[in-house]
Amino acid sequence: MRTRWLKIPAAWITPLGVIGAVIAITWVGIAFTARLWVPFDPLSQDLPRLQAPGIDTLMGTDALGRDIFSRLMTGASVTIPLALMLVLMSLAVGTLIGAIAGYFGKWVDELLMRLTDLVMAFPTVILAMVVAAALGPSLFNAVIAAFVVSWPQYARMTRSIVLGLRTQNYVMAGRLMGFSPFKTLRVDIAPNVVGPILVLASLDVGTAILLLSGLSFLGLGAQPPTAEWGSMISAAIQNFDSWWIGLFPGLAILTVVMAFNFVGDSLRDIFDPTSQVSRAGARS
Amino acid sequence: MTELLEVSDLVIEYHGATVVRAVDEVSLTIAPGEVLALVGESGCGKSSLARAVVGMEKPRAGAVTYRGAEVPLLGVRRRRAQFTSIQMVFQDPNSSLNPRVRVGQQISEGIRAAVERGDEGSQPEEWLERVGLPTEMVSRYAHELSGGQRQRVAIARALAARPDLLVADEPISALDASSQASVADMMRKLALDAGAGLLFISHDLAIVRLIADRTVVMYRGKVVESGVSDLIWNDPRHPYTRALISAIPEPDGTGTLPAAPAAEAPEEWRMTLPEALNRA
Repeated sequence: MRTRWLKIPAAWITPLGVIGAVIAITWVGIAFTARLWVPFDPLSQDLPRLQAPGIDTLMGTDALGRDIFSRLMTGASVTIPLALMLVLMSLAVGTLIGAIAGYFGKWVDELLMRLTDLVMAFPTVILAMVVAAALGPSLFNAVIAAFVVSWPQYARMTRSIVLGLRTQNYVMAGRLMGFSPFKTLRVDIAPNVVGPILVLASLDVGTAILLLSGLSFLGLGAQPPTAEWGSMISAAIQNFDSWWIGLFPGLAILTVVMAFNFVGDSLRDIFDPTSQVSRAGARS
Repeated sequence: MTELLEVSDLVIEYHGATVVRAVDEVSLTIAPGEVLALVGESGCGKSSLARAVVGMEKPRAGAVTYRGAEVPLLGVRRRRAQFTSIQMVFQDPNSSLNPRVRVGQQISEGIRAAVERGDEGSQPEEWLERVGLPTEMVSRYAHELSGGQRQRVAIARALAARPDLLVADEPISALDASSQASVADMMRKLALDAGAGLLFISHDLAIVRLIADRTVVMYRGKVVESGVSDLIWNDPRHPYTRALISAIPEPDGTGTLPAAPAAEAPEEWRMTLPEALNRA
């Protein structure tokens, strides 16, 4: 289905890409359904404290007697939708700004690009921390903070592609036929920007999850008692002997970030013919 | 007779590390239903002139007038309908079609431009037929076509906009020898059928002779010879035109290589010969 829709020749479907897609889709599925089937209320503190993983509590319990498996699964429904939303927001704003800068050029370009330079000049996590701290610690503010630091890369990339496309003959031909600027952007430019931006977005989901969990880990994101992977790991620091408290959320972050990276890498191979060639060469 | 296009004392300069004057006070006119060819070696300013005619290049001095109105620069604003009857066919067929839009759709955009000016409308298939392509190609994408087919689609798209002035910037140079003459001939026929003026840019004097009513020879940004094509072909006055004609390879079997025009570039090529201009 998916392959036919994207017209991917069979040779392009790589094992890593498929594994990544399966894991990513599984996690997204968990994120949207977890509340319906987890064995325990992720917030109730009825179970024995610091219980090691066993039959009744698959991944043990934490210092407050909450079931880690249930918290982990519902944690997915906190982090993953927010990360996806974050990526979509950055993508929408970043590509729009980049497209306008690249297409209109001159002072518009200058203004918008200096603005993105300003944001990009700061280290991502530090700037996100500053924003989150200034707005006050909450998950919503963490998303805003992460958004502030993540849109510029989309703007940069879109601008450079649009700059290259703008002088293409078919864009000129459209202009000669009386296309309005927005029709040119929609018909002649946008479809040719989609591929690389999609790749960037799928790679960015992993980064967004890391950033959101990172902020929560630092106490700037999700607040107790919300089940969130970063804050779960943060809580594990207090009970270092109970390895299961931190290990499973860590594994969750690891698998989901890697899965989205695998998907992004294989998408890049699909959209970028030059990387195809190099990989085929490496194989033979 | 009122002129369709009038280029008067056009100057185009590129300002980089040094100032390059690509077009130096060139004047020419095209009447409706006339084919004017612009020939000259690479870098003589032909393409710059073509780009200025459609408004893609800003003139340093001089003017490009289309039906008495100055052609506006093709900026970010939408082009007014009165100027969408100027269409262009580009040199590189690979970048003249949008890779993500079906061929039929792209021709439809040309038809839409014509309808906006009051034309009754047409079907993309008609235009494909007119440029000698099978009508099934409406659902193809550019990458599924050969270079020659792409160029024909680009011509079909430009013609579908029902241009009154068609500017063709070396439309045949990317094609193989056998299709060059047929595409050039087809362009002449289709443009004349529509009553349009055609500005045909080429470095190939042999083909230009076959299709152009009048010819303008450019060298280093200046017009060195102009007038009725047959006169120029049969009796070239300017030394540069003579060199261009003698550079056309002949299948005479003697194995002599034609003199390469730009190799030595004698000083006399740059002189102005008043009797070589506006020959009738």
